[in-house]
Amino acid sequence: MASNGQPKILVFSTEKISDPALDLAGLLKKHYPFTIYTISVPCSSCIKPRWIMRAFDKGFSGVFIAADGTDCSYGESCGEKTSQVVTTTHQLMRDKGLKPSQLKMAAICSVCAEPVVKHLTGFMKELEKMQS
Amino acid sequence: MTKKKIGVYVCHCGGNISDYVDIEKVKEAVKDEANVYLLKNTLFACSDSSQKEMVADIQTNELDAIVVASCSPKLHVPTFRGVAQRAGMNPYNYVQVNIREQGSWAHSDNPKGATEKAILLVKAGIARAAESEALTSSKIPAANVVAVIGAGVGGMRSAIALADMGTEVYLIEKEKNVGGHVANFGSLFTTDKMGYELSANLLSEVKKRENIKLFTNAEIVEKKGSIGNFDIQVKVDNDVLPLHVGAFVVNTGFDSYQPQQGEYGFGEQTNVITLPEFKKLIDNSSERLIFNGKAIKKVAYIYCVGSRQNDEGDNKYCSRYCCTAAIHASVQVNKKFKDVTNLHFNRGIRTYGKQELLYEESSKNGDIYLQFSLDSIPEITQKGGKTFVKVKDILSAGKEVETEADLVVLVTGMVPRENSKLASQLKIPVGRDNFFNEIHMKLRPVETVIDGVLIAGTCQSPKNILETMNSSMAAAAKINSVLTKGEMTLDPTLAKINPSQCTWCGKCAEACPFDAIIQTEFDGRIVAKINEANCKGCGMCTPVCPTDAIDLAGFTNAQIEGMIDALAE
Ligand SMILES: Cc1cc2nc3c(=O)[nH]c(=O)nc-3n(C[C@H](O)[C@H](O)[C@H](O)COP(=O)(O)OP(=O)(O)OC[C@H]3O[C@@H](n4cnc5c(N)ncnc54)[C@H](O)[C@@H]3O)c2cc1C
Ligand code: SF4
Ligand code: SF4
Ligand code: SF4
Repeated sequence: MASNGQPKILVFSTEKISDPALDLAGLLKKHYPFTIYTISVPCSSCIKPRWIMRAFDKGFSGVFIAADGTDCSYGESCGEKTSQVVTTTHQLMRDKGLKPSQLKMAAICSVCAEPVVKHLTGFMKELEKMQS
Repeated sequence: MTKKKIGVYVCHCGGNISDYVDIEKVKEAVKDEANVYLLKNTLFACSDSSQKEMVADIQTNELDAIVVASCSPKLHVPTFRGVAQRAGMNPYNYVQVNIREQGSWAHSDNPKGATEKAILLVKAGIARAAESEALTSSKIPAANVVAVIGAGVGGMRSAIALADMGTEVYLIEKEKNVGGHVANFGSLFTTDKMGYELSANLLSEVKKRENIKLFTNAEIVEKKGSIGNFDIQVKVDNDVLPLHVGAFVVNTGFDSYQPQQGEYGFGEQTNVITLPEFKKLIDNSSERLIFNGKAIKKVAYIYCVGSRQNDEGDNKYCSRYCCTAAIHASVQVNKKFKDVTNLHFNRGIRTYGKQELLYEESSKNGDIYLQFSLDSIPEITQKGGKTFVKVKDILSAGKEVETEADLVVLVTGMVPRENSKLASQLKIPVGRDNFFNEIHMKLRPVETVIDGVLIAGTCQSPKNILETMNSSMAAAAKINSVLTKGEMTLDPTLAKINPSQCTWCGKCAEACPFDAIIQTEFDGRIVAKINEANCKGCGMCTPVCPTDAIDLAGFTNAQIEGMIDALAE
């Protein structure tokens, strides 16, 4: 838990598409809670369920996958494959007594500064409610 | 092997970072992290003097990895990889940490929080660097030869630009004649040059260059290989020609939107035609504008047909050229024929830049502009053998206006040309709008995710001729700069399979969109193996493996989990 008692969110962003949206949000000084941390990967369909489970194990309250959606430059199957990662992980989460709503996914494109901030602040509010 | 001598640089970025992030606090917090050997702050990490200092640090201290905490990786990864390389360190033992865009700027409202976040981000970067591996890019010889596909005005421009930079070009056109759409046009905006002349001029320039070989009636039938070394088979008339090329510039152009049967009366009323048909009519008429034996006195143009569609249509985009093309046509009508009234039923005119002058000219000519919205589109009706157009005009407070028209011109937009065979041969990604898709509209506008396959002109998005030419020259310059060295460096961030863990279930091969997983033998068993020439490093194969036998270089379990542990502190 962070110094201010807020839940922590781990974001998996993608190097070419959704991470630039987070950069753009910063550039536009669109603020979001500082307890949101990003790890950037090439494509959202390469995220391993074990990484997500590791984040929960170590104390993250939520994991957010900023997926490429139909914009993925590696091909159309990305969205479906990322959803598969989420489905598999949801099962592992249930087995550990975690709520599926602690893992969220949304398609974020490189200019989605506003939407990504909305998603993240909304998710933070949900997690805060869950915590209280 | 864990890196034990890591150099960490925390950048102020002038005040961009240090105005919000307490750099001293960050240093204090990370100084005792395992494997940190050297820790410095720097005013501008990317400045020449800082880069030189880093090179010296790496060499004198024999550092085995570095972490630079500064701006977004999109900006300076090549800069600091270069630093590592100049110092004799493997560039993949350098890690970038973004404490500006996702630190000081995102949390400029909360300096304490921004500092706390920066500390954890730097710690995660150190953890990632500790587990980083030296990766070697292999070099392969590359042919400085480009196949330009499509000899419209865009393709011919690409070919000429490439040839002038010393690249050999095969210009491959599937039709008998070159020039694409433009070859069939008369007067063009904004210069009033003739389309067929422009096309003929380009063709004569193409023919002047010995290093361009033009094939018409030609199409690619087979493609193998990867950037620098593609082997293709091109069917020219009835022969099949094998060619070796280093890259492709795809200039395959667009199609005009074909209205649906009944859309604004199209196909049902003979005097409802499309803009390309109307352009031909203007070009082929002299003195009087005659259609179906009848003199035309009133033309109604309906804009945005097949573009800017609502949820029911596929084409959400603006086709960019058509406002200007329609207005240009109406100006032509006024120049060429007497007493014709032009009525423009539009959705807000988009004649950007210099094209605005045409709009002004048309307005001065007395053309009438009426504006509608998508929820109340113009209605075309027939009464007593006459055609009427009715609309609620936004510009006069939604007043209903009805007028007779002799000819209705549907200002049809651009749609992607049917080219699925080529798209699957070259694996060109297609975007949400069904046009070919670049990596990034602004940062890498002519490259696709497939190395060595570039796109330009209207196969990528609607463009006018000037925009087509600009993107074609950009694609030519981009690929020439890669091939001209005669050798290629391959990106080493690829998937790797641990054969002792693989039980050949085939799931990774099924998941890989690039046919990059093949079978091989290991210890007398069949296992999976990465074909490095095809692997794009997307990692799609990694989460599907039931035995977790696949890691993506640079994103290994050890690295990502090290980062997660650090961020969770
Ligand atoms: C009615 C109308 C009026 C216009 N007026 C103007 C104007 O006045 N001024 C202006 O600036 N712009 C105008 N434009 C836009 C202009 O036509 C385009 O900008 C231009 O044609 C784009 O050129 P291109 O080379 O990208 O595509 P294209 O003209 O479509 O050429 C593509 C070429 O690729 C070939 N090809 C396609 N697939 C393959 C394949 N698989 N293998 C080999 N070859 C292939 C095609 O046969 C064609 O020759 C107008 C457009 C329309 C529809
Ligand atoms: S250029 Fe004009 S007519 Fe064409 S789609 Fe855009 S707004 Fe509509
Ligand atoms: S990383 Fe991507 S391209 Fe490479 S083998 Fe795996 S799925 Fe195929
Ligand atoms: S998914 Fe894993 S076990 Fe199956 S073939 Fe690929 S590497 Fe081997």
